[in-house]
Amino acid sequence: MAFADHPTARRSERSLLHRLYSAYGQEAVILVAMVALFVIVGLINPRFLSPENLNTIFSGNAYIAVAAIGMAMIIITGHIDVSVGALIGVLATISGTLAVAGYPVWVAWLVPILVGMAVNALVGAMVAYARIPSIVVTLGMLSILRGGLISVTGGTWISNLPADFLIAQKRLFDIPVPLVAMVVLTLLAAAWMRYFPFGRSLYALGGNPEAAVATGIPAERRIVAVFVIHGFFAGLATILFATQLQVIQSTVPPNLELTIITASVIGGVSILGGSGTVIGSTLAAILFATIGSALIFTNVSAYWLRAVIGLLILATVLADMLRRRRTR
Amino acid sequence: MPGTTDAFISLTGATKSFNGITVLKNVDFDVRPGEVHALLGENGAGKSTLIKIISGLYTPDGGTIRIQGETVSFSSTRDASKRGIATVYQELLLFPELTIAENIFLGAYPKSNWGGIDWDTVRERSRALLDSLDSAELDVDTKVARLSVAQRQRVEIAKALSRDARVLIMDEPTASLAEADVQRLMDVVRALRARGVAIIYVSHRMPEIFALADRVTVLRDGALIGTKEIGEVTEASLVAMMVGRSIDQLFPKPEPIIGDVLLEVEGLRCGRLVRDMTFSVRRGEILGIAGLVGSGRTETALTLFGITPAEAGTIRIDGKTVTIRSPKEARDLGIAYVPEDRGQQGLVKAMTIRQNVSMATIDRLSRGLFIRFADEAARAVEAVKRFGIRARGGIEQPVGQLSGGNQQKVVIAKWLETAPRILILDEPTRGVDVGAKSEIHAIIGELARTGVAIVMISSELPEVLGMSDRVLVMNNGHLVTILDRAEATAESVGAAMTVAKNRKDAA
Repeated sequence: MAFADHPTARRSERSLLHRLYSAYGQEAVILVAMVALFVIVGLINPRFLSPENLNTIFSGNAYIAVAAIGMAMIIITGHIDVSVGALIGVLATISGTLAVAGYPVWVAWLVPILVGMAVNALVGAMVAYARIPSIVVTLGMLSILRGGLISVTGGTWISNLPADFLIAQKRLFDIPVPLVAMVVLTLLAAAWMRYFPFGRSLYALGGNPEAAVATGIPAERRIVAVFVIHGFFAGLATILFATQLQVIQSTVPPNLELTIITASVIGGVSILGGSGTVIGSTLAAILFATIGSALIFTNVSAYWLRAVIGLLILATVLADMLRRRRTR
Repeated sequence: MPGTTDAFISLTGATKSFNGITVLKNVDFDVRPGEVHALLGENGAGKSTLIKIISGLYTPDGGTIRIQGETVSFSSTRDASKRGIATVYQELLLFPELTIAENIFLGAYPKSNWGGIDWDTVRERSRALLDSLDSAELDVDTKVARLSVAQRQRVEIAKALSRDARVLIMDEPTASLAEADVQRLMDVVRALRARGVAIIYVSHRMPEIFALADRVTVLRDGALIGTKEIGEVTEASLVAMMVGRSIDQLFPKPEPIIGDVLLEVEGLRCGRLVRDMTFSVRRGEILGIAGLVGSGRTETALTLFGITPAEAGTIRIDGKTVTIRSPKEARDLGIAYVPEDRGQQGLVKAMTIRQNVSMATIDRLSRGLFIRFADEAARAVEAVKRFGIRARGGIEQPVGQLSGGNQQKVVIAKWLETAPRILILDEPTRGVDVGAKSEIHAIIGELARTGVAIVMISSELPEVLGMSDRVLVMNNGHLVTILDRAEATAESVGAAMTVAKNRKDAA
């Protein structure tokens, strides 16, 4: 159980693996799977472990992990956002347009983050106060963003991006910036969820909204807040996404929202709300990228990636349902 | 007439336990065609377990079920329904967006020659069934959503009859009916009996039992206390069988220390079920609220606690007028509410005991922005010790894995963490086993002695009478009377609960 976070829980005499699983559950399983994958594929094809490939796996997919942090929070609270892929597409276009138009790079980085938060504040308000199910609100938002983006840009590419705008290609202490961002943001968010009353209230709302409200948790304000935070992470993910190549494609990356939701769910976030961690979602995002790369390096058609991920989703949700049956 | 033929269905030695707690031990029960057999017992006595075994929802751990002498075992309600057993549940299981006829034949539609549903036959047979239940006013094409509770109940009965029910289980069928509808339902039951249907009738209401039943069986703490012909028992002897001990022994109430008025409510109104409620509670006092289901007791609590804020009226705490628009505001004013349905409103079952206990006080348990885990755990350990919460996994056990009584203790512990001045308890011992029940009663009595003003809603008359310093009786959203402990008896409270209803209906 992801909740067993107090030392007294660990004092009892249990095996290391059992302890790992009960304290970190799905997260530990994913970590073990990922390490095993690196070892096995590395033995088959040593080039899999080359610095270039590792950089592709980690840095190239860090934006998915960062977006999945916010998504994990949303799902833990008992909601969902299917518009995040479209939002990232729109924000990337805004960011690139500002950069090309000659605004300072910090403006090109900051504006999409603020817009992401504003858009999601609106979504959160409709979910919290108008009490429209989040799947409906975000489906609507998905259409608006996707349709609006294509109408405005006509699907053109933004190129000639200034070099200092491309932060995802830089290094900090010789470590790629996306990797640093992914690790730091994941740890900060994990601490936020685990050590702060705010995080705890999200688990309570996702676990049993009625009881949470009866206990005095201000549900509406928390829902708006968690959507705004999710918008913040979507903004950060956008920056990593938009600055990793020399061009920005002014369309919505296909299936991005599904990849992000899937990362959260495979990372152990219960799709019914109330449990899971952001560490799990980050690990799962990297696991996908690792699987995708492993398929290429073992000469298996990359089309299998989707199928493998699909199997993982079903297995994870099944495990979650079995676990729930035990607690109910 | 009753008892002239052998039993249609009989259980011998029926036993059932959940998580090691035996809820039904070695119970014999039978019902004959053309008989109304009343099933009585306090909440948690094992009535619902017994009827769930008969209806195939639970498989007993021990004992045999025989239908007309033949041993059977049900692995689902479908098996039971094939053998002619039907249940009309308290919460009616109809589909509101379908018509009466569609509901009656749902899952067993008559087919036409080409294999489709034969709607003409569905409507005709529905019509005939409703007519046989003296319900000519119901149109078979009406959506169930538009029917009253009493009408829906008749549709449920028609549905049971459409499957050729030989045994009809009725679980508290009159709990949410108005008096006129009760009479009508009783006529329907009599008509069914005359047709040879075996009826198992679960009810708390003595007048109905004496008016309808041929035999009566009393359960207590999961055991069979006795099965008697109705002529052999009186109301008093039934109550004695149900309760087992006298009320004084059951509720060892400590001498109260009653102080000043703490909570005053004047002209409180909210919706249809909270009309002009005016009462007060003193420090150290337990005010019991009695009334039938649907009389507005829970609604009054929800209004006081800000879940459904008041539309009119004043609430004063310590003489100061306050407004309560949300549970958070109520909590900050020192009010705590232990809800009726702990699974729904009281607990987050996937979370641990520690996390549930700290839920209402998490802000106070935090330094800066961080939760102080050590303090949080210490509070939970103390709560487990103080309330005798039995959990194998200690404070890290998810509350969903605890028994009902222990879950209830966690809810109470959560609210006591807020150090409330006013504690509202809604059915504090519902679904709690007998041992835990008296522990919870002891906790409530002890709290009152520390000066907490307690409002206790309960459907169990012995509990209300045994625990309360004063008893407020509600009916149909109105306050009927407030009785002192000395005046409050089963008769006086019972009369106020029901007699006033007739008067109000007539008015």
